[in-house]
Amino acid sequence: MLVRFFNDLRAGGVPVTLPEFLSLLEALEARVASLSAEEFYYLARMAMVKDERHFDRFDRVFAEHFEGAEKLFEKLTAELPPEWLKQLTERLMSEEERRRVESLGGWDKLLETLRERLREQRGRHEGGNKWIGTAGTSPFGNQGFNPEGVRMGQESSRHRRAVKVWEARDYRNLDDGVTLGTRNLKMALRRLRRFAREGAAEELDLDGTIDATARNAGLLDLKLVPERRNAVKLLLLLDVGGSMDPHVKACEELFSAARAEFKHLEYFYFHNFPYERLWKDNRRRFSVMTDTLGVLRTFNPDYRVLFVGDATMSPYEIEQPGGSVEHWNAESGRVWMTRIAAHFPRLVWLNPEPVDRWAWTMSIEITRELVDGRMFPLTLDGLDRAMRELKHGRRIYSRHGTTDRAPTDAR
Amino acid sequence: MSAARFSGTDSYVATPDLLMAVNAAITLGRPLLIKGEPGTGKTQLALEIARALERPLFEWHIKSTSKAQQGLYEYDAVSRLRDSQLGEEKVREIRNYIVKGSLWEAFESQVQPVLLIDEIDKADIEFPNDLLRELDRMEFYVNETRELVKARHRPVILITSNNEKELPDAFLRRCFFHYIRFPDADTLEKIVRVHYPDLKSELLREALTTFFNVRETPGLRKKPSTSELLDWIKLLLAEDISPEALRGDDPKKLIPVLHGALLKNEQDVHLFEQLVFLNRRAGR
Repeated sequence: MLVRFFNDLRAGGVPVTLPEFLSLLEALEARVASLSAEEFYYLARMAMVKDERHFDRFDRVFAEHFEGAEKLFEKLTAELPPEWLKQLTERLMSEEERRRVESLGGWDKLLETLRERLREQRGRHEGGNKWIGTAGTSPFGNQGFNPEGVRMGQESSRHRRAVKVWEARDYRNLDDGVTLGTRNLKMALRRLRRFAREGAAEELDLDGTIDATARNAGLLDLKLVPERRNAVKLLLLLDVGGSMDPHVKACEELFSAARAEFKHLEYFYFHNFPYERLWKDNRRRFSVMTDTLGVLRTFNPDYRVLFVGDATMSPYEIEQPGGSVEHWNAESGRVWMTRIAAHFPRLVWLNPEPVDRWAWTMSIEITRELVDGRMFPLTLDGLDRAMRELKHGRRIYSRHGTTDRAPTDAR
Repeated sequence: MSAARFSGTDSYVATPDLLMAVNAAITLGRPLLIKGEPGTGKTQLALEIARALERPLFEWHIKSTSKAQQGLYEYDAVSRLRDSQLGEEKVREIRNYIVKGSLWEAFESQVQPVLLIDEIDKADIEFPNDLLRELDRMEFYVNETRELVKARHRPVILITSNNEKELPDAFLRRCFFHYIRFPDADTLEKIVRVHYPDLKSELLREALTTFFNVRETPGLRKKPSTSELLDWIKLLLAEDISPEALRGDDPKKLIPVLHGALLKNEQDVHLFEQLVFLNRRAGR
């Protein structure tokens, strides 16, 4: 049974290795956990998941795999959840109310429905008559008015166990597959910092050492200086107008917050696709323009370029001269994009659209081809991979975002 | 293997999952990697384990310039060279210039010690990789004196990380992992009770409500954590603030008294003020 669980975890995207699995078995053999589903859950997670970003994936696999199996644990333990639920309600309910519950299908039914609801429900809920939340008339939740209500998370911690920890999916926000929002902006910032600097090793200051040793009458006196920091120059090109605005704002804030880490940070806006003109101030976009050729001349190829845009438009806007929705462009978007990509060898495109939709939108596919496949989703993981791409140039990507260097990579 | 079990102390409230993680690490002799929001008691945990199990504690605080070698030993070549220029007698014995690190000292301990490797993510990316063999086999080789240092007892090793750098897979494989979540209201109340047993329940309830309100403010740069709550309550007690003052019915006072203990930068204070102001207006 556990071998299948191990395989399911790997299939579910949790990077577990055999030694970790063996250490779980070792821990089970050493009787670290007693016979309860919850303890087994914690033990398994501790031994096999080494990053809180994978907790949510682990929870999902665990829930799926051990569905029904908890009953097995329950048989082994003296503490039967239906029993304490019964005790609880005996205190809270009148004889008449209890009879009504029995008429509704009894305790097993109630627990089964609870589990179902929890699976369907996302997030916190208040009011209403179906979901689990507060102050409603659903049988589940707290402060409710339904006589068969199961109080959750209000009194002692015992009740909270009614919610199986792995089904509550508390770690969803830590999964790096979700789109960037204000919640995980901070994490993204950390990734960016990692991009901008690495290590803080010290190196020998040869001149300083000779000087100091001489002053010290020939007694050796070593002098060290901090190693020079990696100074990254970054050019942001952001798609504005329409549905992109919140994402663009998130990105702008993100990179401005990380500004101190870059030697230079410049940004320009475009609408849908870059053509011969870009602009810096969105309010005066029609009066103060910057020539794209001028941008190419001003910023030399050691700038790294980062596009943020959904690349979702009519394919004509890329392929045809005059295809722009705002003005007459003499040369097609494809020509301009090719020019930009040729000038800046290190370039990535961040796309907030969900990855599974990319293949269905023709313009995204064209853009992806134009940037040599260097398009990444606007998620923590995608940002991470994009930064790695910008930093080290071409790499081979595996499924979990871990990378192996291509043999041709000289750095 | 010792059968010591950790079950929390009178000054540290540990959740069942944390206890399980610590005990599994002790039983199997694996290092335990602890992550979590700053101020949730990661470092404190090691001190409490050492105290509860009555074991000696060795601490190794990592800085951005730390090298793995410094935890084992350092050969102070410079002072040996200097001594040789001054013609000192002890220069002949190389042992005089080997300075033991915390890991070596922990390995030499007569009883099973607790070793804390604090904030491992501060160091260089390669740092954890340089410790693989030492943590796995609990031994290392001193090149200068050609001796093998082996641990007398496998120390209980606790490693904390603030997630500033990703740790290498090979290193993670050798550890158990626990993520300390921010405590829920009940646990938090227990924690405060442990630190301030004489606190009036009324004040505690008001303080916790205010605290969770502050924490739930969207967009805060640094959310206040457990340690900040404890500091704040200490201040409230010192200033003898009444529960009514905390409830803040006074519209002139927009933000909680002594907020400096909870909100640590001016943007956060400003943001919080604005939100409270908007809420008040909407409430009218």
